[in-house]
Amino acid sequence: MVIVYTESENGKFKKTAFEAVSYAKGIADKLGTQVTAVAINSNDVSSLGKYGASKVLQVSNEQLNNFNAAAYADVVSQAAKKENAQVVIISSSANEKYMAPLLAVNLEAGYVGNVISLPESTEPFQVKSTVFSNKAFAVTQLNTPVKLIGLSKNAYGLHENETAVTTEAFSPQLSQDDFNTKVISVDKSTDKVTIADADIVVSGGRGLKGPENWGMIEELAEVLGAATACSKPVSDMGWRPHSEHVGQTGKPVASNLYIAIGISGAIQHLAGVNASKVKVVINNDPEAPFFKAADYGIVGDAFEVVPQLTEKLKAFKAQNA
Amino acid sequence: MKILVCISHVPDTTSKINFTEEDTRFDTNGVQFVINPNDEYGLTRAIWFKEKQGATVHVINVGGQETEPTLRKALAIGADEAIRINTKPTDSFYVANQLAAVVKEGSYDLIIAGRESIDYNGGAVPGMLAKLTESNFVNTCISIEVEGDKVIATREIDGGKETLSTSFPLVLGAQKGLVQEADLKIPNMRGIMQARTKPLHVKEAVNAPQLTQIVNFEKPAPKGAVKLAGSVDELIDLLHNEAKVI
Ligand SMILES: Cc1cc2nc3c(=O)[nH]c(=O)nc-3n(C[C@H](O)[C@H](O)[C@H](O)COP(=O)(O)OP(=O)(O)OC[C@H]3O[C@@H](n4cnc5c(N)ncnc54)[C@H](O)[C@@H]3O)c2cc1C
Ligand SMILES: Nc1ncnc2c1ncn2[C@@H]1O[C@H](COP(=O)(O)O)[C@@H](O)[C@H]1O
Repeated sequence: MVIVYTESENGKFKKTAFEAVSYAKGIADKLGTQVTAVAINSNDVSSLGKYGASKVLQVSNEQLNNFNAAAYADVVSQAAKKENAQVVIISSSANEKYMAPLLAVNLEAGYVGNVISLPESTEPFQVKSTVFSNKAFAVTQLNTPVKLIGLSKNAYGLHENETAVTTEAFSPQLSQDDFNTKVISVDKSTDKVTIADADIVVSGGRGLKGPENWGMIEELAEVLGAATACSKPVSDMGWRPHSEHVGQTGKPVASNLYIAIGISGAIQHLAGVNASKVKVVINNDPEAPFFKAADYGIVGDAFEVVPQLTEKLKAFKAQNA
Repeated sequence: MKILVCISHVPDTTSKINFTEEDTRFDTNGVQFVINPNDEYGLTRAIWFKEKQGATVHVINVGGQETEPTLRKALAIGADEAIRINTKPTDSFYVANQLAAVVKEGSYDLIIAGRESIDYNGGAVPGMLAKLTESNFVNTCISIEVEGDKVIATREIDGGKETLSTSFPLVLGAQKGLVQEADLKIPNMRGIMQARTKPLHVKEAVNAPQLTQIVNFEKPAPKGAVKLAGSVDELIDLLHNEAKVI
């Protein structure tokens, strides 16, 4: 059996959950087996059938309303044991990266994260992942009976695979020790797309001169339904919050479209954003290193180009709505 | 309070990444090695606890002799003692077991590791270590305050942050934000001199299984040249019709 953990927020599955199910189905087909999904406090679990799950273990438990790495790892490992899982799939959100190593120890499973494609071979079991901050790939062999795979965002994509799905209530045994670490407050802007979930990310660098100029970045992001991000010095100087810092020492970005404005393209910045599918750079220096890493670019002054781009995109959106 | 900071010895962020022996090994030729940036944030916080709250700070690396300069640098920054487990760090579970043996023996309260090492990006050692030593675990940690046996930690989550109450023994996955950039310490002459005489214990590895092994590496295919748009209209057209991302 292939087990997949499907992350949700406020009861709604994340897009990465459907991606993980698609991937799990891909592996199950290679192994000649089926996919069981584990869902915690989620509604509409039947939607997982669309991507190939044939069974859903549905956990409903108020104690699990807040994400808790230890408890969630216990839930998934008990599900994996019950289903005799050979392979366990999770995606690579901050929460899932948090619980992955706990889950690996619970299951005595070899673990590889940042995986980008289906196994190169299943006997022996070998998968490809990104290493050296996207500067290279590694093929890793997992030597354990149970394998744990963390799937990179946006690497495998969604694959529909309509499957009849049965739902089963699942009540794992939780240990009180799991709750030694308790959430006391959550500080999260709920009205904004997050960098982790966004299909498009608009990012600004030191070229924007100061925090007062971020209005145009936010407007552009709004037209595109994008998340906003920034380079490291911008967050170091306090122009933008740390949570927007992307790159090797910041958040990783793996969006469909990444727009870099007034960012030079230092190696540490590129390392964190290179996994994005299409990269656009707007910079007034044609020699900026970002032009070597980007797919599309405009050489020009951000203070002219960005407002124009926002206006034209508004018109474009109105026409294509 | 007894603190252990786990240090991974990694190529400097500007390193060119190449492989040798038919792409089975990372080519260290001409590469500068440094303290993993996430560990450096953790170490800096640990030194703060030493200076302000009288903590003892040990640093540890699982690796060959070549990592000693990195450990000496951590000593020069202010750690009291260093430990090196003399073995190749080839698999996260194996490394976590080596660290766990030291943690159990040394009865540390707080173990600070990094969110991930910037070479293999495993992101696995701290959590595995927490589980193996039955410690609490806070990943992507951007703040930690200790008062007696109470610990308040903040972690970064997608789109914001979350504050947690927890207790010792505790493993942290440290990252940027845990300390101010300006507080990162460059070792001074005095620190470097002192580091020479601070203890650096070398220990042999304990038996532990390796659950994974890297078979080979690949480099990404070279990228095509950037397409420059002469106008905003042209850019929108390219993104819509060619790249199909808007
Ligand atoms: C250990 C380590 C880790 C690091 N990690 C990260 C990381 O995770 N993320 C990260 O971003 N950086 C990281 N850095 C920093 C990195 O090396 C660079 O210093 C940083 O990315 C530069 O930010 P920037 O591009 O915004 O600024 P700059 O390099 O100053 O570039 C500004 C750019 O704006 C352009 N510009 C100026 N005016 C205009 C205008 N009017 N219109 C258009 N363009 C304009 C300029 O031509 C220039 O290319 C790290 C560094 C180290 C040493
Ligand atoms: N060989 C090692 N020796 C000591 N600590 C390590 C080693 N490898 C990893 N760590 C610690 O675990 C963190 C995460 O590493 P990784 O799981 O390899 O991404 C690092 O930031 C270190 O704090």
